Amino acid sequence: MVVFEKPKALADVQMHYCPGCTHGIVHRLVAEVIDELGIEGKTIGIAPVGCSVMAYNYFNCDMIEAAHGRAPAVATGVKRSDPENHIVFTYQGDGDLASIGMAETVHSAARNENITVIFINNAIYGMTGGQMAPTSLPGQVTQTSPYGRDTDACGFPIRVCEMLSTLDGPEYLERVTVNNVKNVKNAKKAIKKAFQNQIDGKGFSLVEVVSSCPTNWGMTPQDALKWIDEKMLPYYPLGVYKDRSAEKEEK
Amino acid sequence: MSDKVLMKGNEAIAEAAIIAGCRHYFGYPITPQTEVAAYMAKRMPKIGGTFLQAESEIAAINMVYGVASTGKRVMTSSSSPGISLKGEGLSYLAGADLPSLVINVQRGGPGLGGIQPSQSDYFQATKGAAHGDFHMLVLAPSSVQEMADLTVKGFDLADKYRMTAMVLADGTMGQMMEPVSLDYEIGEPIEKPWATTGTKMERPHNIVNSLFLEPDVLEKSNFERYERYSYIEENECMYEEYMMDDAEICVTAFGIAARVSKNAINEARKKGIKVGLIRPITLWPFPKAPYKKAADKVKEIISVELSMGQMIEDVRLASECKVPVTLCNRVGGMIPTPEQVLEAIEKAAKGGNK
Amino acid sequence: MAKLTFKTDNCKGCGLCIDACPKQVLALAKDKINKKGHHPVEAVNPENCIGCAFCATMCPDCIITVER
Repeated sequence: MVVFEKPKALADVQMHYCPGCTHGIVHRLVAEVIDELGIEGKTIGIAPVGCSVMAYNYFNCDMIEAAHGRAPAVATGVKRSDPENHIVFTYQGDGDLASIGMAETVHSAARNENITVIFINNAIYGMTGGQMAPTSLPGQVTQTSPYGRDTDACGFPIRVCEMLSTLDGPEYLERVTVNNVKNVKNAKKAIKKAFQNQIDGKGFSLVEVVSSCPTNWGMTPQDALKWIDEKMLPYYPLGVYKDRSAEKEEK
Repeated sequence: MSDKVLMKGNEAIAEAAIIAGCRHYFGYPITPQTEVAAYMAKRMPKIGGTFLQAESEIAAINMVYGVASTGKRVMTSSSSPGISLKGEGLSYLAGADLPSLVINVQRGGPGLGGIQPSQSDYFQATKGAAHGDFHMLVLAPSSVQEMADLTVKGFDLADKYRMTAMVLADGTMGQMMEPVSLDYEIGEPIEKPWATTGTKMERPHNIVNSLFLEPDVLEKSNFERYERYSYIEENECMYEEYMMDDAEICVTAFGIAARVSKNAINEARKKGIKVGLIRPITLWPFPKAPYKKAADKVKEIISVELSMGQMIEDVRLASECKVPVTLCNRVGGMIPTPEQVLEAIEKAAKGGNK
Repeated sequence: MAKLTFKTDNCKGCGLCIDACPKQVLALAKDKINKKGHHPVEAVNPENCIGCAFCATMCPDCIITVER
């Protein structure tokens, strides 16, 4: 009996990510969820600009490549085009979602746009070679913060889930990570819920996945996963930041 | 003949779009085109359509990109500074070969400029909306009727050629009220097998994309797009000639400038001056043929523009510089008067403008 | 006994699967190089595999199939 194999919604091609990059794990989780919910035929994914720019080649559902940061706006168009028959997700990195695309992120959340957003936070611009991201940690050395992120000069990292949780709009916000087996399983639960919410018409669901970038962090894949525990999670605590349906039930 | 209704240009655009089957509109408020959005906000909810006021022009054009990816008719409208913001999206729409309709009700620039009419986005619309090699179909109405007609035509051309069509109007056209007939025969929507509407597990996945990292592949996609553009240049040029048969002087203008020019030409004809008008209706593709013909028989071409002289460059190219092409213009929201144009015509008749 | 199958040519040799395995089943094949130039993972103690699929769960490139 097969207990684990490549999900059908994930294309049978080699992904271009660096060795040990957790993008691949998150891609697989999204594909597993699409399989389990039986929605591949009606799902349309929106790829960002950044390391996952070529995600359109990695999923077997219909895919759209968006301009940098605009994925939630594109997703809004796709969803509104046929709300009953389109399941729409965006897959975005921290530069895409929290810097250049912040307006699109905040406003699609405020509208409670019925889409699913997968947000990869690895605290760095990967594709362009390791520059400071809106989520880079204080003191973090990157190509454009070579002496460490100086918060006096370039401000503080943005905690997206916490910030969006102040809005009345969004349905569901959760931060997860994928640095060990237990956390991967939790991440999948969150991603599944984010899709299920859309199917149920509940609205904007964002899962922030704290991820690693061994290449641009300058670490082995193993050390990068440890660095998530030691440095990233204290600044970006895991947890559910908003779950409107659950809050209603409690009341 | 159908009944005519009195409408503002901006409203005529909106109603014509709805008649053409557009059920998705995204926009951001900016004078002097806001009536388009207001009209859509009223009408769309009544007919099961989407009106959405986006957080910015950038978001609006990307929402257009999203709907266009699914193959449905979609539009946005704005005015000059807002169109600059849409530039990024226009380039992506072109790179992904998506059909859409964009309205620019121009105002004076550069910068925040003013809110009065202008034609100073001609270069932007016809040549340089954003980065990369691409064109949009650019349609220039000069009456409220044409605001409606060219909106319907724009959707048809956009679908046919998988391009953005832009209706390049100006503040006067948008605000002007005239009787309009909205009697159109709308054909069946054309097949869009490339659209991303979900595979339904019946076909391989579609990808809407403008990224080609292999230079030879990107080059090929550019070459193919320009083959399509060549075909359009040969087959889709639209223009009007007015009293050109015996003309010795040619005035050329589009939009509101063409209306002013016609008045001036009528006055000049009363004075016995043989003058006519070439009015391009498509600004891209630019109709070269009438200028080439005119250049062999007129002694001067006067380009009347609400800009510092933008279309004049295309007129010079089309007439192959065989005759002097001179500029008669006002800018910044000012409109040339018939008297100003008449003066230029009279100077041309007496020996030429400088 | 559980069975592991690897899509060896897609392995990037990151080793995340090796650390995830509770039974020390896996190691990089230092004497082999795949198409992409990586030392791919292989099962060095296959008889110890319990089919928990922790390795596959952590594999970013989805190269492992687990049967039980």
